[in-house]
Amino acid sequence: MANVVGTPLKRKEDPRLLTGNGRFSDDIQLPGMLHAAILRSPHAHAHIKKINAEAALKLPQVVAVYTGKDLEGKIGPIPSSWLVPDCNLKEAPQYPLAIDRVRYVGDGVALVIAEDRYAVRDALDLIDVEYEALPAAVRQKEAMQEGAPLVHDDIEHNIALHWKAGEIADEVLESAEVVVRESFYVQRVFPSPIETRAAIGEYNPGSGELTLWCTSQNPHIHRMVLSGVLGISEAKLRVIAPDMGGGFGGKIGVYPDEALIGYAARDLGRPVKWIEQRSEHFTASNAGRDEVIDVELYGQRDGALTAIRVKNTANLGAYLSTMGPGVATIDFGLMITGAYDIPHASCETFGVYTNTTPTDAYRGAGKPEATYQIERIIDLYAREIGMDPVELRRKNFAPKEAFPYTNAQGLIYDSGDYEKPLQKALEIVNYEQLRQEQEEMRKQGKLIGVGISTYVELCGFGPSKVAGAIGFQGGVWENSTVRVHPSGKVTVYSGTSPHGQGHATTFGQIVADKLGIPMDDIELVFSDTRAISMSWGTYGSRSTPVGGAAVAIAADRVVEKAKKIAAHELEAAADDIIFESGIFQVKGVPGQQRTFQEIAKAANMAWNLPEGMEPSLEAQSFFDPENFVYPFGTHIVVVEVDKETGEIQMKRYVCVDDVGRVINPLTAEGQVHGGIAQGVGQALWEGAVYSSEGQLLSGTLMDYTLPKARFFPPIESSFTETPSPVNPLGAKGVGETGTTASIPAVMNAVMDALKPYGVKDIDMPLTPEKVWRVIQEGEGN
Amino acid sequence: MIPVKFDYVHAATVDQAIKLMQDSDGTGKVIAGGHSLLPLMKFRLTEPDVLIDISRIDQLKEVKVEGERLIVGALVTHHDASKHPLIQAHVPLLADTASQIGDLQIRNRGTIGGNLAHADPAADLPAAAFALDAEIIIQGEDGEERMSVDSFIIGPLITMLPENSLVTGVSFSIPPSHAKSVYLKYFHPASGYPVVGVAAMAGTDKAGAIDYIKVALTGVGDVAFRAESVEQTLLGQKPSEKMIREAARLAAEEGEMGSDLFASAEYRENLCKVYTERALRSILL
Repeated sequence: MANVVGTPLKRKEDPRLLTGNGRFSDDIQLPGMLHAAILRSPHAHAHIKKINAEAALKLPQVVAVYTGKDLEGKIGPIPSSWLVPDCNLKEAPQYPLAIDRVRYVGDGVALVIAEDRYAVRDALDLIDVEYEALPAAVRQKEAMQEGAPLVHDDIEHNIALHWKAGEIADEVLESAEVVVRESFYVQRVFPSPIETRAAIGEYNPGSGELTLWCTSQNPHIHRMVLSGVLGISEAKLRVIAPDMGGGFGGKIGVYPDEALIGYAARDLGRPVKWIEQRSEHFTASNAGRDEVIDVELYGQRDGALTAIRVKNTANLGAYLSTMGPGVATIDFGLMITGAYDIPHASCETFGVYTNTTPTDAYRGAGKPEATYQIERIIDLYAREIGMDPVELRRKNFAPKEAFPYTNAQGLIYDSGDYEKPLQKALEIVNYEQLRQEQEEMRKQGKLIGVGISTYVELCGFGPSKVAGAIGFQGGVWENSTVRVHPSGKVTVYSGTSPHGQGHATTFGQIVADKLGIPMDDIELVFSDTRAISMSWGTYGSRSTPVGGAAVAIAADRVVEKAKKIAAHELEAAADDIIFESGIFQVKGVPGQQRTFQEIAKAANMAWNLPEGMEPSLEAQSFFDPENFVYPFGTHIVVVEVDKETGEIQMKRYVCVDDVGRVINPLTAEGQVHGGIAQGVGQALWEGAVYSSEGQLLSGTLMDYTLPKARFFPPIESSFTETPSPVNPLGAKGVGETGTTASIPAVMNAVMDALKPYGVKDIDMPLTPEKVWRVIQEGEGN
Repeated sequence: MIPVKFDYVHAATVDQAIKLMQDSDGTGKVIAGGHSLLPLMKFRLTEPDVLIDISRIDQLKEVKVEGERLIVGALVTHHDASKHPLIQAHVPLLADTASQIGDLQIRNRGTIGGNLAHADPAADLPAAAFALDAEIIIQGEDGEERMSVDSFIIGPLITMLPENSLVTGVSFSIPPSHAKSVYLKYFHPASGYPVVGVAAMAGTDKAGAIDYIKVALTGVGDVAFRAESVEQTLLGQKPSEKMIREAARLAAEEGEMGSDLFASAEYRENLCKVYTERALRSILL
């Protein structure tokens, strides 16, 4: 059998999903099921004076209305899971429903339960809440000012955390010949998965077990946190993530909503379903980014970069989300030097409470922001010293020989060869010629821009001791069980929780190669806390490098045991057994063999096992990697800007990514495409707009522009492969590279196109009007 | 996204639809494709007691030539309008505009009559209707009447449609055969509605002078409008790049520019000029 790892197999999941045979949360129908809706605050900041639900309760179909006061003492606050140390972190309690004060538009005020969806919706309109509006703190830098409204009365200046990493001696800064400074705003965006969030609770009063189906990227984290919030043993709380239509980080968080549904199902003794509405998603689901980044890049005239000093002021929203505190600190602040060997670095981060929806990890989580500032400022530096941006990057790359490379903030990059994808991308795009054409076009009055981003990204969260040291309230190892049935068919359990990535395909490929069996003989089980012992879920591009590695190790253990059984049957020493393409044979004795299926049967029947061997053929692994993985690559974008309207057209998008060993080039490319779409979305179209009172103005898909396929040229994607030494697959993460790389690549391209006008920065998203205004001003001058 | 409770009836004939409207005592709403009405209902911005479904009245799906005009039944969908041979032959501007509305699903459901009766300020179709001197054909309690589109649509979502009456069709003037036409649209990247949509038709006589020109714009303000200053500036002239550019500068003269999160009034005014210029260049040069 040919090896399937490295081949572009079509996704195993797709026939089922494309023919409508998926089972998403809203497909779940349980006998006697009730429906829930959450009344949400229309105010960014207000006292709740009175809640009158009488009229709602009079509707014959309405079963219950709960308010924050009703639940006081019954459900605990929802804790953050990333308590970053040494930053004076102040966590304000977030109760599942606001008790006497709402702190953002979308804050839950009442939970309504009714017999059907129509009645529950009607009931929302009948609940009368008397508010006393308060002034709101909306933007982070303003919220830190003296006299700004306080989101939580006891948290001064709304500062949730003040974190620092790295110090730069004055002499280093003073000896620099060049300093380039800029302030970038990486605006707030909404994850916007195609499926909104959902939760369904079912309580069994006999066993005392609560089952919660919910849109979670990490059911075990949900189980761990909610067991505390709801006061129920982990052994009696089962969390299942059904098929999910994307997450992008927005489904990492443990939200008040899931706790409420679990509580109501138990309290009422009937199943309860809640499906988040699309318009609700804009205010009730955690948002991404929202960081103001002030950066200074120091160096010499010849292009040698010596230091980078960064201040990040991050808008954390009204409460600390599950991962929120770690994004603008650890994830961001340790990666500010990017792919460059800049010897000195420092980062200072303020995390600020505001009267907005909390922010959490969103595709890339801190790394896109880190990459954005370094890739943008390095372009400005190149412009300042009159050097080609490619040349400046090359000059400062962490050299191939230096790997494993320790960056200025102390992170150890596992493997890298930054020149390789850069060179390949330059060849594909024909860089020299492109620059000549650009000159020609400029002479004709056309605005062509070329943007480059040579990124490196931290992902594949492991080792757990580091997670502990950085305040993450969990481990980051992964777990897998490979169970071989008597027929030789196999069930593989993995703790990662796919929601569109295609793990059943890629993990199946890993197992198919290890066991020498067809893909069709392998079933994958994910996302059920009863089936999988413990896990930390899918985010931070960790599924393949950590979860996939655990699968590979468990499969190796199966082979190890199977070899012993084969040796016993073939009357040979285990060391003399060769296992290839599903056949065990004795070295040098070709006729003497057993198939994998024969050994599976033998192991399960246990009629004739080696002395002392336990029956069955099954192995479990717990893999805690020694380090993160660091994928890297080069993205090059060519744009044309319409001088008269400011419209931006992407002419070419070339990317060469190095994500270590590629398990499936087709799904990997799919991840790259999706990542790029979301990154370009941030650069060109997406952006939350709040009024100064904290009202969300961009709260529908009529105003908030998600990227669409027709906005893109064909993406010219390819890979180089520099294996990671930190896991047995040699694989790195691929899910977030596109987002991380594309934001600065597109922005650099547009800034390059607008170079004749001398503009250095425009806040994202680059709406045509903003670009047009810059051109108008430039033409005026 | 759940509307309040409503009843549903369907009408087999125009007369029956009018009768049902009378019976509903002002609380009924006519539904055809439902693409404008249903979202409003789901947002609970409109709460009709009864929906009167006219989508099965086949006589409202006809397209026919009447002298110098083309009559398009109210229930003709945008997709059918974009493909209909009579529409393509006689009023290609309408076919072109209809083909650029929303996406395929919307074009399969949305109807010509429903679109104009809804009078969404951001809709595409009013540009073509204004340029083609459309008349709205209305069947009411006292029989049929015709109303020019500019007197029919008087504000955002506001029309002069009398109570208990139904838009049954739209009559478009057939432009002279030598006229070329185009609908040029700047798509709002989120909604797909026009931030500006320019419907333009023009033709030149044997001497090369412009003897026929109609320009209408939509999407920029509360209602669509005819850019008469542009038309008058160019009529009788020989088209040139310079002349078109200068005329297009007047494109926003007759309109009121709206402003929203995506585009300010000032930027919209610029778009009116640039898109009008580009539309006219494409058919005159």
